[in-house]
Amino acid sequence: MAKTYKKPEALSDQHTHYCPGCTHGVIHRLVAEVIDELGIRGRTVGIAPVGCAVLAYNYFTFDFQEAAHGRAPAVATGIKRVRPDLIVFTYQGDGDLASIGMGEIIHAANRGEKFTTIFVNNTVYGMTGGQMAPTTLPGQRTTTSPAGRDVEDVGMPFKIAELISGLQTPAYISRQTVLKPKYIVRGKKAIKKAFQYQMEGRCFSLVEFVSTCPTNWGMTPVESIQWAEENMLPYYQLGEFKTPE
Amino acid sequence: MQKEVMFAGFGGQGILLIGNILAHTAMEEGFEVAWVPSYGPEMRGGTAYCLVVISDRPIGSPIVRNPMHLIAMNRPSLEKFAPVIKPDGVVVINSSLIPVSSGRDDVDELLVPANDIAKDLGSVKVANIVALGAFVARSKIVDFEGIRKCVQEQFASKEKLIPINMAALDAGKKAANPNIS
Amino acid sequence: MGKILMKGNEAIGEAAIRAGCLNYFAYPITPQSEVAEYLSRRMPEVGGVFLQGESEVAVGYMLFGAAGSGERAFTTSSSPGVSLMSEAISYISSAELPVVFVNIVRGGPGLGGILPSQADYFQATKGGGHGDYRLLVMAPASVQEAVDMVMMAFSLAEKYRNPVMILGDGLIGQMMEPVEFSDHLKSEPSNKDAWATNGMDTRKSKERNLVKSLFLDAQLLEEHNLALKAKYDRMKQEEVRYEPYNIDSDYRALIVSYGTMSRVCKTAIDNMKTEGIEVAMIRPQTLFPFPINPIRKAASKKGCVAVISFELSMGQMVEDVERSVQGKCPVYWHGKAGGEIPTPEEVIDKVRSFT
Repeated sequence: MAKTYKKPEALSDQHTHYCPGCTHGVIHRLVAEVIDELGIRGRTVGIAPVGCAVLAYNYFTFDFQEAAHGRAPAVATGIKRVRPDLIVFTYQGDGDLASIGMGEIIHAANRGEKFTTIFVNNTVYGMTGGQMAPTTLPGQRTTTSPAGRDVEDVGMPFKIAELISGLQTPAYISRQTVLKPKYIVRGKKAIKKAFQYQMEGRCFSLVEFVSTCPTNWGMTPVESIQWAEENMLPYYQLGEFKTPE
Repeated sequence: MQKEVMFAGFGGQGILLIGNILAHTAMEEGFEVAWVPSYGPEMRGGTAYCLVVISDRPIGSPIVRNPMHLIAMNRPSLEKFAPVIKPDGVVVINSSLIPVSSGRDDVDELLVPANDIAKDLGSVKVANIVALGAFVARSKIVDFEGIRKCVQEQFASKEKLIPINMAALDAGKKAANPNIS
Repeated sequence: MGKILMKGNEAIGEAAIRAGCLNYFAYPITPQSEVAEYLSRRMPEVGGVFLQGESEVAVGYMLFGAAGSGERAFTTSSSPGVSLMSEAISYISSAELPVVFVNIVRGGPGLGGILPSQADYFQATKGGGHGDYRLLVMAPASVQEAVDMVMMAFSLAEKYRNPVMILGDGLIGQMMEPVEFSDHLKSEPSNKDAWATNGMDTRKSKERNLVKSLFLDAQLLEEHNLALKAKYDRMKQEEVRYEPYNIDSDYRALIVSYGTMSRVCKTAIDNMKTEGIEVAMIRPQTLFPFPINPIRKAASKKGCVAVISFELSMGQMVEDVERSVQGKCPVYWHGKAGGEIPTPEEVIDKVRSFT
């Protein structure tokens, strides 16, 4: 019988520590497939964030650096500036990128650093136990917004893809999701485009993924997918926000 | 033997530059040198001064409470530093801008109307070089030909400015030794 | 090559280039912004990288990334900026990356002032960032020594795979003195293929490299810390550098002083000698590792009645001096922290009062 499914070479054999229903695994796989298809495993360096994906380096089979909280874009800048021939990407969550690392991501994007960012937005701090994130939806309950996010108090959630699209320099900004198979196909295309643009030497590229956190949302995986579709997609609209001219 | 020269004036008078030229000349003559600037908020429009230390052996403290010589390009500088200059030191006073003397009778005071001389030469900007020429001629701290060579090198990239600066040095020398033609 | 007259800050920038470091990331801060200004011109001339980061925090991690990928990288900053970099310094130490930091120290705490200071002694030698790490810290007392130390720093950083800090002060950065650059830097063959994320293709390897500081397993973290400690212990054995001054005389007092302050002390010692008073000095050139044994030995000499730590701080190095002397002689401290540098006369007065 022909083998119809196999693990990408860029993905390791390790079992992940991610919770059941978490979408990190799917996004990891998409990144790995793209790296395989582009044949760039031997010259790619990934940068892991702080948060749930802190151990991402265990799940890939190419060079990796592990950054401090929010600083992955600065680390990527350092690598790409001294080794422009390497393919560099950061993999960051919402607390990491949109809160503590907002300064680093905005400046790296605005300088047009020639690396790619995979931004996974699930509206909560996962690793530290479900605290409110800069992307938590209005009224959404978290362990630090037990009565729901009060936008009068802490403002509206950041729309990162739109925010960064407001800058002139970045090359490619897209928001995708992996909630259903149809989305997964589009999500992979976006990742591939982002890496291809980087290989062409174009400026900064970012793909945001609308994602879930069944554990911290207190839902089953199926419920969390439904909740994300109903609540996140209207606020975090999918699409390409910026493409190279 | 260690000698210290305090250059002082206001920002824009080229104080740091003439200190630099003296330090450079002394280095070329084989001396140990240190050029210590004032830095900080006073850089921006206020007073500017620098200390040049010249010695025949490694320089210890680059901070000196009582310098040997003073080139004062404006009045506040003279008032600040004249009292601390060592006896027998040379005190050059830019008399174009300073209507008073050092008030010391134990120093070699030299009044040089540097701004007026510079204006006569065609640019008030070279007043600093006039003062430097006068100081070197009077103190003989370095060879005068050495300082001429160094000024030439300093303006090598702006060749047009060399003649007026050489003239300024010589005019300074003349002001220091009015009896020598 | 002959001597040239150069400002300390510019000479530091040039020294890094001569040492083969073509990657500079920095954020401007007085009194060392001339390094960035100088290298913004020079790096393009030599095909190097100059990048002004958005903050010292970011700069710290640009260095992490660059050094982690196996390229020489350095930065220069001043006290408040180094505080911001201290997070990255902790990560860089743990990930064992060779990065050179230059701190042209200004007065603190807080914004403090911009005049010369040595008040970052603790920050440099005993932490700043979190965790059990050590920097190899060198303290120049002249522009020439700053040049020599910067050039040496890259070799040492690579030898130990550890960050090295040059602790200068505002005067070293701002002063002009004659300097000479040695033409070629002799450095050990690099072992970066064993650890750097320079791309598997680059090193023709099937094994990937990982640059990280996370060890969730207690035993692994313990082993990592023991390995780091072994490295710091080796520095203590192999890298202590100091300059003795007037140490063969029958001195009554021993001065311990470094950087600009030590030059003032030298002049004071020379002046006292002409009056028949003998005073010796140990000038630490490395602050970590600290010259513990030479100081203890010098303090134990018969006739020495006082050991005095002169510092541009409110008494930081004196703690290491006490630790070195181990009660063999009374230890005193004198210092200033406002930015004014004590004069030789002030040093002489203090030596008199303590002896």
